[in-house]
Amino acid sequence: MTARAAAKQKQIGKFPSDDKRWLIVAAVMRKYGSAQSALIETLHAVQSSFGYLDDSSLAFVARSLRLPLSKVYGVATFYSHFRLKPQGKHTCVVCMGTACYIKGSAKLLQKVDRKYGLKVGDTSADNKLSLLEARCLGACGIAPAGIFDGTVLGNLSDDLVESKLDSWIAESESVSQTK
Amino acid sequence: MINQTDQQISSSDELAALAAEYQAKQAQYENSIFVCMGTACQSVQSGGVLQSLQAEVKSRALEDKCRVSPGGCQGNCASAPLVSLPQRDLLYQLAQPSDVSAIVDSLQGEPVARLLCDNKSDFFVRQNRVVTNHRGLLNPESIDDYIAAGGFVALLKALFEYSPEAVVEQVQKSGLRGRGGAGYPTGLKWSTVAKARADQKYVVCNADEGDPGAFMNRSVLEDYPFRVLEGMAIAAYAVGATKGYVYVRAEYPLAVERVKKAIRSAEKHGLLGNKIASSSFDFHVEIRLGAGAFVCGEETALISSIEGGKGLPCPRPPYPAESGLWGKPTLINNVETFANIVPIVTNGADWYAAIGTPKSKGTKTFALSGRIKNTGLVEVPLGTTLREMIFDIGGGVPDGHKFKAVQTGGPAGGCIPEEHLDATIDYESLLALGSFMGSGGMIVMDDSSCMVDVAKFFMQFCAAESCGKCIPCRVGTAHMHDMLERITLGEGTMDELGQLESLCDVVQFTSLCGLGQGAPNPVLSTLRFFKNEYLAHIVGHTCPAGVCAPVGQDIRRPKCAL
Repeated sequence: MTARAAAKQKQIGKFPSDDKRWLIVAAVMRKYGSAQSALIETLHAVQSSFGYLDDSSLAFVARSLRLPLSKVYGVATFYSHFRLKPQGKHTCVVCMGTACYIKGSAKLLQKVDRKYGLKVGDTSADNKLSLLEARCLGACGIAPAGIFDGTVLGNLSDDLVESKLDSWIAESESVSQTK
Repeated sequence: MINQTDQQISSSDELAALAAEYQAKQAQYENSIFVCMGTACQSVQSGGVLQSLQAEVKSRALEDKCRVSPGGCQGNCASAPLVSLPQRDLLYQLAQPSDVSAIVDSLQGEPVARLLCDNKSDFFVRQNRVVTNHRGLLNPESIDDYIAAGGFVALLKALFEYSPEAVVEQVQKSGLRGRGGAGYPTGLKWSTVAKARADQKYVVCNADEGDPGAFMNRSVLEDYPFRVLEGMAIAAYAVGATKGYVYVRAEYPLAVERVKKAIRSAEKHGLLGNKIASSSFDFHVEIRLGAGAFVCGEETALISSIEGGKGLPCPRPPYPAESGLWGKPTLINNVETFANIVPIVTNGADWYAAIGTPKSKGTKTFALSGRIKNTGLVEVPLGTTLREMIFDIGGGVPDGHKFKAVQTGGPAGGCIPEEHLDATIDYESLLALGSFMGSGGMIVMDDSSCMVDVAKFFMQFCAAESCGKCIPCRVGTAHMHDMLERITLGEGTMDELGQLESLCDVVQFTSLCGLGQGAPNPVLSTLRFFKNEYLAHIVGHTCPAGVCAPVGQDIRRPKCAL
């Protein structure tokens, strides 16, 4: 084993798990010299690698940046972008900015609740679908807008949202009606 | 396609030579086609249109004659995706991949009538583009395009021809005021930071565009990342900073990506980093991602967020200009403020000061949205009236509905009714109407919007986004939201309406930062101009707009609840 590989192995030993994605997180911390001010950037790296922040990752970040866990937890819960719960396989984010609101995004959410039994922040029982809201996507020109698995779609109608969600739900045979 | 080169630039002459070289390369093409790759256009698959166009041009062996390039925002997002053919002076709207053959045909022959967007309409000709002057006809990711269009000339002019003091003086003379909304004179801010003595100073670009219904900064960052960086570098030279941060929302992934790329390519050309253009001036820029906290648009909260903490505002003074990031003097300006610096340095302060009104100089970008025909990004001189903006440029309210109000200034702003539409858009007159310039969101509402519900919407936003540090904001916004909720449910009383008004006063005058101080504005302005709607809910138990309950029906919950 080369010295470099050995160093890497030693580094991996400190990670919460042997998941390779921790190397990405470690690289981000290294980029900022493991400075305490890199906390938010590090949490971004964890979330974009793992999808959410769990207790062990918060503890790991606290240890690595020599910060009290309370501070890390405080920051992670202060910012609405950080999620402490795992998300469903697919995510639907509906924008609730002013322009989208004026154009009926609240009604869209009501429809989704009525048909799928999902409220904002919920994940369906089969873990297939998470429903989230956004403060403003800055896509006001095409309001109401939403993000479906990372793709921004505009001029949403009830039918468009339903067809998108239906297609996700129908993806496998074991369709369990949510809730 | 123009190849990206990594030539280091060390003088204005070299820059001019490079610009001439890039221009010559572009001139080899007889034609060009730009496909908007902004967020709105991408959301309706402009990427597919771009690919199809590239394939079509290739299959016809026209690659040497026609350049097909990603472009920037044309403004009228309602008609996305947009494709422009500048040499033919054509703009196509609602283009689909199936249309590409016809579009390429029209390079020589007749325009495709069914796709034509009238680029001589009021929406386009009534604008005055200073910040967005390239009209999307640049590849936003290509530094070559930016240099060919005169990019970085202003930076080198500042570095080699002006002293830092002279740059500050130019900005002061231009009359530019902060485009984040408050309208603080930019030159004054710069001179405060320049005068501060410290071993290290910082320049921060506030791109935490949190106002719901506003996307000007996203668009400017996406389309003109180099221009914003150049403006920051000029600012850093003027105030004596060597390190800069762009604090941008995580919700704007495309803008983040483009700024990242722009920093890298500017560094490769020696236009950012150590010894910029072989001078003794160093300036390093890093990106910091926001994480979804509206309050971080407030400068002290933003600083605390860059330092890795919760975005809690601090009492001012000391202002960041004296003690900001890590206790050092810090210049914080909005994206659009920085984007205005380049035209000011290039064309001179007098040229800039000639645009606009005596107190509000220059142009301002606005995000037109809501119940209006031409939604999108527009740039007009300050002093344009709201009526011109909404009815001439915006095309008015569609579907036969009647205009009711225009909301400006985000959650700290107000709703302006029809009788005040002849007011001009500038810092003072919007303030006099109980609204606020804000960063430039302009949301039009028609008779289908209930103003009490709108006030409740903003209050819900403020209550959720209140950081919780000071009590008036944390408790006051929640309480005001409850009161508004009761009114929309028909449970409010006239007594409570009085209490709501006095609570507005308390929160406005005792909150720590702009979030709390501005939070009552939507309530106050709707109470001022639409009190009859409040009364209809409280006394008549009806919602005239049919939002809280269908028109004519009682808004109260049935007594025999399940």
